[in-house]
Amino acid sequence: MIPELGHFALIIGLAFALCLSIVPLIGVAQNNQQLINSAKPLSFGLFLFVGISLFLLAYSFTVDDFSVKYIASHSNSLLPTHFKISAVWGGHEGSMLFWVFALTAWTFAVSLFSQQLEKEFVARVLAIMGLIAVGFILFTLLTSNPFERLLPNFPAEGRDLNPLLQDIGLIIHPPMLYMGYVGFSVAFAFAIAALMAGKMDAAWARWSRPWTVAAWSFLSVGIALGSWWAYYELGWGGWWFWDPVENVSFMPWLAGTALIHALAVTEQRNTFKHWTLLLAIFTFSLNLLGAFLVRSGVITSVHSFAVDPGRGLYLLVLLAIAVGGSLTLYAIRAANVSSPNRFTFYSRENTILVAMSILVTATITILLGTLYPLIIDAMGLGKISVGAPYFNAVFIPMMIALFLFMGIGPLIRWKKARKGELSKHLNAISIFSVLFGAAWPFIFAGEFSISAFIGMSLSCWIVLAVLKDLFNNAKQADGRWQFSAVPLNHIGMAVAHAGIAITIVGVTMVSTYEQEINVKMAPGERVDLSGYTIEYAGTKNVVGPNYSAIQGQIKVWLDGEFVTLLTPEQRTYTVQTMGMTEAGIHTTLWRDIYVALGDPLGQNSWSMRLYYKPFIVWIWLGGFFMAIGGFLAILSKRYRKRVLASEQKLKQANPVVLEEA
Amino acid sequence: MKSVIRFIPLILFVLLGILLYRGLFLNPQAMPSAMIGKPLPNFDLPRLKAIEEKVGRDDLKGNIVLLNVWATWCVQCKYEHPYLIDIARDPRIKLYGLNFTDDRNAALSWLEQYQDPYEFSIFDEQGALGLDIGVFGAPETFVIDHTGIIRKRFAGPVNDKIWQKEFLPLIESLEAEMKNAEIAQGAS
Amino acid sequence: MKPTSIISAITKLAKRFQLLLSIILLNVFALCNVNASPVDTFEFKDEATKVRFQILSKELRCPKCQNQNLADSNSKIAVDLRKSLYNLLQEGKSDQEIIDFMVYRYGDFVLYRPQLNKQTYVLWFAPLIIIFAFIIGVLLVLHKRSKAKQIDLSSHEQANLDKILNKK
Repeated sequence: MIPELGHFALIIGLAFALCLSIVPLIGVAQNNQQLINSAKPLSFGLFLFVGISLFLLAYSFTVDDFSVKYIASHSNSLLPTHFKISAVWGGHEGSMLFWVFALTAWTFAVSLFSQQLEKEFVARVLAIMGLIAVGFILFTLLTSNPFERLLPNFPAEGRDLNPLLQDIGLIIHPPMLYMGYVGFSVAFAFAIAALMAGKMDAAWARWSRPWTVAAWSFLSVGIALGSWWAYYELGWGGWWFWDPVENVSFMPWLAGTALIHALAVTEQRNTFKHWTLLLAIFTFSLNLLGAFLVRSGVITSVHSFAVDPGRGLYLLVLLAIAVGGSLTLYAIRAANVSSPNRFTFYSRENTILVAMSILVTATITILLGTLYPLIIDAMGLGKISVGAPYFNAVFIPMMIALFLFMGIGPLIRWKKARKGELSKHLNAISIFSVLFGAAWPFIFAGEFSISAFIGMSLSCWIVLAVLKDLFNNAKQADGRWQFSAVPLNHIGMAVAHAGIAITIVGVTMVSTYEQEINVKMAPGERVDLSGYTIEYAGTKNVVGPNYSAIQGQIKVWLDGEFVTLLTPEQRTYTVQTMGMTEAGIHTTLWRDIYVALGDPLGQNSWSMRLYYKPFIVWIWLGGFFMAIGGFLAILSKRYRKRVLASEQKLKQANPVVLEEA
Repeated sequence: MKSVIRFIPLILFVLLGILLYRGLFLNPQAMPSAMIGKPLPNFDLPRLKAIEEKVGRDDLKGNIVLLNVWATWCVQCKYEHPYLIDIARDPRIKLYGLNFTDDRNAALSWLEQYQDPYEFSIFDEQGALGLDIGVFGAPETFVIDHTGIIRKRFAGPVNDKIWQKEFLPLIESLEAEMKNAEIAQGAS
Repeated sequence: MKPTSIISAITKLAKRFQLLLSIILLNVFALCNVNASPVDTFEFKDEATKVRFQILSKELRCPKCQNQNLADSNSKIAVDLRKSLYNLLQEGKSDQEIIDFMVYRYGDFVLYRPQLNKQTYVLWFAPLIIIFAFIIGVLLVLHKRSKAKQIDLSSHEQANLDKILNKK
């Protein structure tokens, strides 16, 4: 009964979504206030019923209703309760429902926090989001219904959740990721609404900025968590594999990064409007494309969901309608959007323009690399692979260029830099950065390394640039520094940029100084790993709630002092009868010691993989800094001011004054 | 001019859409062998049943040779085995086995238990020949024509349907090829 | 559509359905057992060879897996290929010889770094072309503007101008 209620709630949700996508638009067309005002309650209804549906699915999971097909194949009565709940988004059908739920949550949030916007405009935005919801609820109901029953013969026990997914990482990583993906639908809806209205001004950019930054922040956390999860759960010690599914999450992040910069310029300088529109469409399209690629099986990935061309076809049609429709709208209506630009070569606008160009090029490159095997195959030219070596070869040089501009951007003036001003700002920090980068490898390892030099210099360069910018902004007329005077969104930018620098440190250090040892060890044996002594003390048998495991006892010593006991495991999950490696990791800010058990080699000796990974945690730490920066920026007062019509005009008319205030 | 430029994103997207549509009907898992059209590499390996007797490429006699990769660790080989016994009766082909990275005693008792359909089996303990012909796993079946060229590789267990659909047409066209070659030779 | 092509489309669909079933039954991950990290304890003749092994085993793809390199896969074929990679290195083969060896037997599919040829020109050169297109675009826009050099308005005048422009 409960699953049917859930199914029914989703259908009611669909009805709300349908109304939401039609009624407010009629209201706008007929200038009927009542119909326009209906957008908000309709959004609430949509959110409520999809929420009920999700809740009922989660409830069915907790009570082990194995007559539901999705639950029977993704849960088990022995599964710990928190994993039962996270199993809701552990497979295709449930994650789709969660996707829809996230969409309705964003829709509802937009309806709540948009009081200061024009009602007609909000009505359009909500209607577009309703339309997207219609597409995806229909998709869920028609091709991927998580409430489908296995009647009359249902199993007494479920097939259990994939052991890889029985992990804290899965509890929080997908929700963050989906919140990010779906969040960009708000920017998309804003862009489409602007095209429909034929009006796009600085105020428009101000409204859509916090939403876009919020989505971007969620996506940053989601990607960082995913990378972290892959690192400790897959047992290979890697943190990024350039797998198509990772690329699919990374492309919208890159495009979204370009989008938030385009929006910043649109708001503050009233230009780059075509960039903003196209990037908003592009970013959301990449999310839809990602859903298509992952869920249709056209690409091979270790993470992809079960293959189903029927779903693929539906998603492709959805993609065609959403992206094709919006690009057609752009092609027809974009002429109405005037985007006067009055900047010179040496200006912040131009620096951001170059940065956006690099970001978009990187996005397209990753898209090309991900789809290239498919392109070759579709043209009947055979089978090729495009993997990490290709992506590293093309992506890293682009990022180096981008990071150079990241140091200039915050310090250069809008419109036109004064003569000599730029070198005044940059000379000292660039010299210091190069020296720092050159000295670092000697201090850390005693010998020069080109990759460490480049990475550490760039990281230092980015941090110094934002610091200098903060000090410049905090400097009062009387020469004192007052940081509380720096607007929060400015601080957010600095924190996010610093996050990038932190990630660069992690990536540089791990890829330059990582140590890997594959070794056979008998009990009592010791090996040396980058100054640490690793002792294998034997194995223990342990039993978990739904698995049994052999647990290695690995003692780690540094200079004769005991550091930690690592307990890597080889688990066998009882239901899925699947072996799994659980790495033993000791993390500090400066390094990880990572141990994974390989195969038993008789007489209680084991083959083992030992890693020393300096600064690796910085990679994900940087991701969290980026997200914190994003959320700080959203809290900025400038986004919450009630924009009165007259005030609006003034601001729109006077962007320069606004920025320099 | 400017209005044409604005259609570029749309046009690119349409092209991408067509590609993705085609992609839906491709199988990314289907993996053709790189060895097709290449000659069967030579080898020097013992026969499974007579370990002292080494065999090479030239010992695979017959106009159309089927080389079946099998092993006792391979579950699907057991499923395929009865069909191989049937196939071996076809007078047009000669079926040889490639016992791939296997335990010899287990392989011998397997043949005893399930019958031996092969002219003989090559015992490739180290997987050397397997590597040279690009074997992914077992079972796999290679078709080698009268000139010693690899013409087909089928990965997975063979059964009646697959035999009819995947192998027979090729065997027929190979027969025709041979006839043509004979005529050409006779004419010259 | 010819009837034969319809049939082949249907068989393709049926095949995929079969694949789907097998994937559900085996659970995607079990196919290549992604989560069991392989550990070999090869003894290399020197440190340089060891490093080359690590690099090559990451650049070569396991031919049968979902999407894994030789280093990360525990499937039989990957284990075998790692062994032959090890042997080839110990024999003193160059990287290119090893790559040719693998490509001859398993096709271009095994290379994660596609070789530069007719098929991959677009892949390798597109990034450069795109970035140059952007640079030229930016320069053109800036050039056009400097040609139509306007009098530098004060910000107030500029704002008024905006107002007028946006009003139309």
